[in-house]
Amino acid sequence: MIGEVGLAIGFMSVLGGVMGLGLAVASKKFAVEHDPRLIELMEALPGANCGACGFPGCQGYAQGVLDGVAETNLCAPGGADLVGELAKIMGVEASTLEPELAIVRCQGKDANCVSDARYVGVQSCRACQILAGGTKACNFGCLGFGDCVDVCPFGAIYIGPDKLPLVVDEKCTGCGKCVEACPRAIICLQPESQKTHVLCINTDKGAKSNKVCKTACIACRKCVKACPFDAIKVVNNVAIINAENCRNCGLCTAACPKSSILDGAADSRQQAYIQETCTGCGECVSTCHCDAITGEEGKRHKINPVKCTGCEACLDSCPVTAIAMRDR
Amino acid sequence: MKELILILISAALVNNFVLVRFLGLCPFFGVSKKIETAIGMGMAVIFVMVLASIVTWGIWNFVLVPGPSNILQQLFLPEGQSLDLTYLKTVAYILVIASLVQLTEMFLMKNNPSLYQALGVFLPLITTNCAVLGVALINTQDKNYSLAPTLVHAVGAGLGFTLALVLMAGIREKLEDHNVPKALDGFPIAFITAGLMAIAFLGFSGMITD
Repeated sequence: MIGEVGLAIGFMSVLGGVMGLGLAVASKKFAVEHDPRLIELMEALPGANCGACGFPGCQGYAQGVLDGVAETNLCAPGGADLVGELAKIMGVEASTLEPELAIVRCQGKDANCVSDARYVGVQSCRACQILAGGTKACNFGCLGFGDCVDVCPFGAIYIGPDKLPLVVDEKCTGCGKCVEACPRAIICLQPESQKTHVLCINTDKGAKSNKVCKTACIACRKCVKACPFDAIKVVNNVAIINAENCRNCGLCTAACPKSSILDGAADSRQQAYIQETCTGCGECVSTCHCDAITGEEGKRHKINPVKCTGCEACLDSCPVTAIAMRDR
Repeated sequence: MKELILILISAALVNNFVLVRFLGLCPFFGVSKKIETAIGMGMAVIFVMVLASIVTWGIWNFVLVPGPSNILQQLFLPEGQSLDLTYLKTVAYILVIASLVQLTEMFLMKNNPSLYQALGVFLPLITTNCAVLGVALINTQDKNYSLAPTLVHAVGAGLGFTLALVLMAGIREKLEDHNVPKALDGFPIAFITAGLMAIAFLGFSGMITD
């Protein structure tokens, strides 16, 4: 005979069973078809929702990739590894994207560029810019309140001791949030391999910009003349480097009288040397922009290590590939 | 008929589940940031409350309480012996409510994904929402309503919950634009608001004694 307890247990079991079956039926009936790749894409993405891809958050981008409207290489924080991963999930060829880094194009610390006003309002570059056009004598210089710092999702930018933002290259993902946040458009993105940067965006005439800042580009065009690769131009009274032509040789930095060009490759730059296989054809002599190669015809040539800037132009010119690079 | 209308008003206003009985406070604070999601949540709660009330009414009357209507007693026990399973009410009700919430969740995911996303974690949380369990328990254990009053009470309770939620969302939407002292910004000011609303709802008390 079934006791009271047996009935209680039986009732609960039946109730649970009925509910369970009902849910099982419902889950079939109301099943939403998820593309399993969407979940995979979501898991692969960094989840920072930084918006660098131009989609609303990582889920939006995953949906975009899934729908085929977005390339797999738009995620800056994810880098090249992620591009491959996304491409693998989608089963397409990976198109790689060279990582970019944020460059703060201003050296206007207090010692270089004086402030001509005192500002006590909301501590934000944008507010300061709107209120009085900024405190700096230079109308293009960094205001230093750190709007870029606030907006960086990766903590890759901070205000240094000079009250200028410094970028931590290892943390920067090139998402471009700081570029948008800067009310003076001082920050730009540059390919990681590009090491030489003009750290000024003052488009005033040289005479004017010279007065407000010690490190302002005065458009003297010395860098233009110094550049052997035609990579630097003066547009709107400010020098601009074309990363496609630039070989980071550092000649422009050396030529600049205002030290407004950063030579980021100075420490890592190698120099060319000529190996024993040199036939002495002299091709490299005419190629070298720095007159660093000398030698008699038919004999092994030599490179003057002081003159060589490590631009690697001679490497391509040598018919017997006798020229190689080595550390200084 | 008069009695049913009184039950409806009583459940919605006089004994409002959120602001007078203080049940279901979790979604009340969690989903009351936007009127749109508040309405969505309210509708989901009404749906779950009504369905849960019907099912629990059946379970209570035909399985749990002793008496001639108890099916188990009639089928399995000898004449004259009574079966009292009322102690199972909480377990059984929670089981029913949880299943119904799951059902609602599936339904929303299929038919209204944007609302499903907006409700987020609070949708599954209706599972253990004491307002829903409260309706079921009051219907059966406290009042011992028959089916029609049970339905009306459930609808009234759901409407009251929705009303409180939407009012709160409206106030909080306005608060967004105002300069709230930093120490009170966010949940503190929401709690104060809720307290003031509860005091306001006290004004209904005494209108209907039941």
